Amino acid sequence: MRPRGRGELDSLYFEYPRFAAPHRHSNAALERVPVAIVGAGPVGLVAALTLARSGVRSVVFEKKTTFNDGSRAICIARQSYHILDRLGVAEPFIRKSLGWTTGRSFYRGRLILEFEMPHGKDEKFFPMYNLQQQYIERFLWEAASARPEIEFRWASEAQDLRDIDNGVALRVADPGGAYEILADYVLAADGARSALREMRGLRLNGENLEGRYVIADLRMKHDYPTIRRALFDPPCNPGGTVLIHRQPDDIWRVDYQLKPGEDEQEALKENNVRAKVASILSDIAHDGEWELEWWSVYSANTLALDDYRSGRIFFIGDSAHIVPIFGVRGLNNGIADGENIGWKLARVIKGQAGPGLLDSYTPERRGATLDVFAKASKSARFMTPPSYGLKLMRDAALSLALSAPFAGAFANPRQMTPYDYRDSPLTERDDPSFEGGPAPGSVPPGVRLDDGTYLCDLLGEGFTVLHFGAPPSGIESFTRKMRDLDPVFRLVVIGAEGEDSGAIRFAGDPKGECAARFAATPGALYLIRPDMYVAGRWRDDLAGPAAALARILDRKEAA
Amino acid sequence: MTAMRFDDLEGVYELLGESIDRAGEEKAALFLAKLALLLANELEDPQTVRTAIETALRDL
Ligand SMILES: Cc1cc2nc3c(=O)[nH]c(=O)nc-3n(C[C@H](O)[C@H](O)[C@H](O)COP(=O)(O)OP(=O)(O)OC[C@H]3O[C@@H](n4cnc5c(N)ncnc54)[C@H](O)[C@@H]3O)c2cc1C
Repeated sequence: MRPRGRGELDSLYFEYPRFAAPHRHSNAALERVPVAIVGAGPVGLVAALTLARSGVRSVVFEKKTTFNDGSRAICIARQSYHILDRLGVAEPFIRKSLGWTTGRSFYRGRLILEFEMPHGKDEKFFPMYNLQQQYIERFLWEAASARPEIEFRWASEAQDLRDIDNGVALRVADPGGAYEILADYVLAADGARSALREMRGLRLNGENLEGRYVIADLRMKHDYPTIRRALFDPPCNPGGTVLIHRQPDDIWRVDYQLKPGEDEQEALKENNVRAKVASILSDIAHDGEWELEWWSVYSANTLALDDYRSGRIFFIGDSAHIVPIFGVRGLNNGIADGENIGWKLARVIKGQAGPGLLDSYTPERRGATLDVFAKASKSARFMTPPSYGLKLMRDAALSLALSAPFAGAFANPRQMTPYDYRDSPLTERDDPSFEGGPAPGSVPPGVRLDDGTYLCDLLGEGFTVLHFGAPPSGIESFTRKMRDLDPVFRLVVIGAEGEDSGAIRFAGDPKGECAARFAATPGALYLIRPDMYVAGRWRDDLAGPAAALARILDRKEAA
Repeated sequence: MTAMRFDDLEGVYELLGESIDRAGEEKAALFLAKLALLLANELEDPQTVRTAIETALRDL
């Protein structure tokens, strides 16, 4: 919502583009496309870009003619920046967004906890960045519209669908009328109110947690670093919680909790929002001018589909799951969905992988959602305690934190640990002789190399094997065999010298820091997936990664 | 005295919350006083209890 006199898209700082509906010939022949993506939100665009990176075409249908209104999801996590980086689109994000590492929690106006998210010289990206969702969508759209593999159809609403042989027929309506288009696969990136979900008769299951928040953006010159502030029981919102985030363009986000039973419609009236914002600002001692930009309401739900797949339709992003905002995982999880289905689908469509690869999408990404649910329910129980006893404990912990610092740890949102795929069907059993290092299913640690680049920069577009120490004889035929399975396979040799080629890269490791982080001795091998998860690790066994890759790609004949 | 691991402490926090609910709002204070007495009885040094009481009385 916006202040009286301003339209839904009249932003103080952002120009919304207007996209034209497609020009179509009414008598055009029936089209068939490899992938139809419904929804041009951030998740649909990440999926389109991931497919395009492998040369797979998609058509994106979006019923609106511009980006989503309002700043919505503003916290992008490190893992998402790695995804944007792999897609080659991170640059404008890095330039515009505000990276941050620190959070502060206050109780009744006094600091009880300052926490630092894990960060260090080996990390290419900050743990978190703040950026308004319109910018996220704009930067993704700019990258996507430059790709010949991606076609946008704005003002185009998916209205119906039916299964056909080896595909889906989608009915789309635009200002010129309605038509049918055939797709081998459909990605339902159509958001929390997913129409495709309805069309398939599927339901989100889960819980509605306690707690509704009004989120409001204001523009002001306010001199405070990019640090997330959480105010518990502040004078401006007694008994409730307030969150404050800095965004680019002098925009500040305040989230404030409504009381149980408080009337939402009433709370959302402009005058009431203004009054609340004014009292929050007085709590944080801001006495300068401010302008109201946009506001909305958000409730804490943990809802997900039981299966993210229905035939040849895959649900990605909010269409598949809705999570509470204070876990900052709604959008971040959706971005990971988009990359996950993108690299798998591209390989199946190009005939490089069997259909079995797609079976791992639901367990991996629904697993990630359930993990967020567990963490979010925990922080929800702290932010908005659901019972008398938990409320009393919460207040006790906060009050105690003022004089006994250990109790401040209860107020730490601990939102950063990435989910791991250790239970995924794609993940190999671990070699127990490794003492430490990233286990199969986890995300490898960041490593800054001697020349100032990062280990992740050396990974290829597809699967990568890291080999520690001088390569053994047979490495050429190994690399050829891997390239037969994955044409963009890359071998990265760490701690040995040699000549770089398309398939092989060498990285020095004079101090052995990289080897140490991987608990690797000479001969150690790590198989890394296109989305940078460790698929498996071995010692002195080139047959290990070769068999694993064939299995992952569902290519039994090659094993 | 060595401190409990934070994970364990979190479990205790949850259990306390649930137990207060089991006791009910009206009996919560009685339940918590009994608990405090039980835990005090486990300690050797009365000074530990006195210090804890002083800390708990702050910022009410
Ligand atoms: C008001 C609001 C505030 C939010 N605040 C936060 C926040 O503070 N923090 C946070 O982490 N998350 C927040 N979120 C959630 C966050 O915006 C979503 O997680 C994120 O947008 C999900 O991206 P998506 O691409 O899956 O879906 P969306 O961004 O919802 O995109 C779906 C797209 O599909 C289009 N579409 C729908 N149906 C059809 C159809 N039949 N045919 C064609 N196109 C269709 C829609 O027009 C839309 O553009 C908020 C959401 C809302 C609505």
